[in-house]
Amino acid sequence: MKYIKAEILVGLFVLLGIIASVVLALKVAGLVLDSDTQSYKLYAKFENIGSLRLRAPVRIGGVLIGRVSNISLDKQSLTPVVELSIEQQYNQISSESKAAIQTSGIIGEQYISITPGFYDEDMGSEYFKDGDYFTDTGSALVLEDLISKFVFNSSQDKKEDQKVADEQDKE
Amino acid sequence: MLSFLGSLGRYSLFKLSSLGRSTLIFFHSIFVIPNIVKTFPLLISQVYFVGVQSVIIIIVSGLFIGMVLGLQGFNILKDFMATGSLGSLVSLAIIRELGPVVTALLFAGRAGSALTAEIGQLKASEQLSAMEMMAVDPLRRVIAPRFWAGMISMPILSILFCLVGIYGGKLVGVDWLGLDDGIYWSSMQASVDALKDLGPMVIKALVFGFVCTWIALFNGYDCKPTSEGISRATTATVVQSSLAVLGLDFVLTALMF
Repeated sequence: MKYIKAEILVGLFVLLGIIASVVLALKVAGLVLDSDTQSYKLYAKFENIGSLRLRAPVRIGGVLIGRVSNISLDKQSLTPVVELSIEQQYNQISSESKAAIQTSGIIGEQYISITPGFYDEDMGSEYFKDGDYFTDTGSALVLEDLISKFVFNSSQDKKEDQKVADEQDKE
Repeated sequence: MLSFLGSLGRYSLFKLSSLGRSTLIFFHSIFVIPNIVKTFPLLISQVYFVGVQSVIIIIVSGLFIGMVLGLQGFNILKDFMATGSLGSLVSLAIIRELGPVVTALLFAGRAGSALTAEIGQLKASEQLSAMEMMAVDPLRRVIAPRFWAGMISMPILSILFCLVGIYGGKLVGVDWLGLDDGIYWSSMQASVDALKDLGPMVIKALVFGFVCTWIALFNGYDCKPTSEGISRATTATVVQSSLAVLGLDFVLTALMF
C-alpha cells in the first residue's frame, strides 16, 4: 500500500508528540516507571511537621529509601502522624532508629531523615515491621521560631548591656 | 432612551443567536457517527495542514522563549545565590503557563486564521451550498475533520513546545552560563510532578485547542459571503481566540493549581 507524503508526515508528527511526552514525563517530571516496587509502611508522630509535603523523600544518610505517603492528624493527641512508605529492600531498620524532619539547604525542601539505631538481639531490639511507629522522632526546625528566639535573646542582651552601662555611668 | 434599550436588546439577541447557532452547528458536526473510511483521509490532510505545518514555528518560538527564561532567570537567581533552581523555574514557568498559552496564541494566528479564511472562501464562492445540493453535509465533510485536527494537533504542539523550551533553557543556563547539568535536571525533577503539572498542561492544551479551532471554524462558517466579510471574520478569529485563551488560562489555572 502506498502512502501519500502528508500521511507519512502526520505519522511522524504524532510519533514526535508521543516521544516528546515520554521524554517530558521521564526526564522533566522524573517519573519512575517501576512503581510496583514492594514497600512497607511505617508511622511517625511529630510535634510539628513544618512544611513537610506528600511525596517528600525519606533518607538514611542522604540515600533515598522511600517517600512520605500520607500526612494526617491524630484526633486524640492532636499531633501530626506521617505515614512513610519504605522500599521493601530496606527492611533491616532497627526499631531504635530515629526519624527527624530536616531541611535540605536553608530554604530547600523538607525531608525525613532516619538515623539508624543499634541492633542487638540480646537486648531485645527488633527490625521495623509494617505498621510500626517510630518511638524517637525529631520535629521540624521552623525557621521563624529560630529567628524570633534569636531576636528576642539578642534584644534582651542589649537591654542588660544597657543596664550595666548605665550603672557604670552612675558610678 | 428607548432607542438605546432597543439597540442594546438587538445587539444582545444578535450575539445570543450567533452563540446558539454556533452550539447547534457544533452538535451537528461533532456528534455524528463518523464514516471512518471516508473521513480519515480528510482528517489526515487537515492534521497535516493544522499540525505538521505549525511544528516549525512552535519549535523556534519555544526555543527562544526557553532561552530568554534561562537568561533572565539565571541573572536574577544569581543575586540570591540560587542558580541551582533555574531548572525548576524554567520548567514550571513553561509547563504550567507559557507552553499551552503561547502555543495556543501561535496556533490561533497560524492555523485559526487560515481555517476561517478557507471556510469563508468556500462559503463566498457558494461551494458549501453546492455540497448541500449534492447531499453532502458540509458540516461533516468540511467542519468536523478540521475540528478534530485542531483537537489532535494542539496537545502535541504544546508538548513539543514545552520540551523544546526546557532544552532552550538548558542551552543558555548549562551550556553557556556554566550551571551544572545534573543540578539543572534534578531541581526540575524535584519540582515537576507528572500528574499535577503535566496533566493540567495537557488539559489546558485540549481546552485551548477546542476554543481556538471552534472560534475559527464558526467565524468562517458564519461570515458574510463577501471579501470584506472574510477579512472581518479572520480578524475576529484572531482577536477572539487570543482573548478567550488568555481569559480561560486564568480560570483553568485557578481551578487546577
